[in-house]
Amino acid sequence: MFKFFEPNKIFQITSKAPKYVLFLFIIVLSIGLTEALFLSPEDYKQSDAVRIMYVHVPAAWISLGIFSSVTFLSIFGFIFKNKNFFLIAKSLAPSGFVFNIIALVTGAIWGKPTWGTWWAWDARITSMLILLLFYAMYLISWRIYETEEKVFKITTFITILGIINVPIIKYSVDWWNTLHQPASINILSKSTIHSSMLYPLLIMTAAFALFSLLIFLMKYNTELIKIKNKGLDRL
Amino acid sequence: MYGRKVKLRFLFIILILTTLILSVFLVLKSLEENVVYFQSPSEIKELSELDKKKIRVGGMVKKRSIFITSNEVKFIITDFKNEINVTYSGAIPNLFEEGKGVVAEGFLKDRNFFSATKILAKHDENYMPPEVEEALGNK
Repeated sequence: MFKFFEPNKIFQITSKAPKYVLFLFIIVLSIGLTEALFLSPEDYKQSDAVRIMYVHVPAAWISLGIFSSVTFLSIFGFIFKNKNFFLIAKSLAPSGFVFNIIALVTGAIWGKPTWGTWWAWDARITSMLILLLFYAMYLISWRIYETEEKVFKITTFITILGIINVPIIKYSVDWWNTLHQPASINILSKSTIHSSMLYPLLIMTAAFALFSLLIFLMKYNTELIKIKNKGLDRL
Repeated sequence: MYGRKVKLRFLFIILILTTLILSVFLVLKSLEENVVYFQSPSEIKELSELDKKKIRVGGMVKKRSIFITSNEVKFIITDFKNEINVTYSGAIPNLFEEGKGVVAEGFLKDRNFFSATKILAKHDENYMPPEVEEALGNK
């Protein structure tokens, strides 16, 4: 199964694609930042503090998305005993970790002028901190365990533990009283964010996704080089 | 089509997930009281006994209830069913205003009076430019 993963072909893509992705990332990021920082209106309530949201929300989305992907890839790799899934997961995780930190830090910067506090132990913020700890555990276990078998098992287990936290993060603001506001963007009902603020948000999300893709391609490329150096011609 | 080992590993993952989800659910259910960041005035009214611990009360700042004197702020937190009077002296966050969300941290004097040591403004999920807010307000 999964014979279509031919390292040589993938390697050709991962070694050439980054420069195009970087180019695209710079374009989308500059459009996004111009929209978010200059063109979009200030909020009726928070005035210019709203601009932090254009970094905070995409960063949080991407970190959640990447953790979910890492989990599914690890579970797939575990069930089908496929090393490639683990390598993809390993290459994805660092940018998710960084975006998780960005979400927490920008949240604190936003919280001080609006709520009046840097930090609150409410369900949303605490569960995001727990996600960061799971990311840290995941990344560390790749470094401390020597044998691949062990690393695969441990990281799969960590992601399974961590994935339970993901729906808790999503629904924490609906299930419990939290200081954090509920979601503004709903797929099923009308969003409570004005369209002039929604578009910059989506462009910034695309920019961050491209950045994650860029880091992923570079990390994955390194993994493939490591395999090549070991003289293996298949994954 | 898949080997026996693959099926067993699949079953193994499903079992781990189910067990973990159930246990996390039960733990959160029993910790509900500690997971909530604040209590509403109605929940305060239903408290069987008032303890001396620091608690948080949250809700809306009642319209026309803010009185600011030289060293004290008084206002009413409402959840549109019950109300609680709050007294506070200290810095007020920018977003604190009537008709908007607030979380007060402090001590209950009795079921109707709360002495706050800290005030946090709670922002809602609405984001819009001022022109749109004015247009909505004029409707």
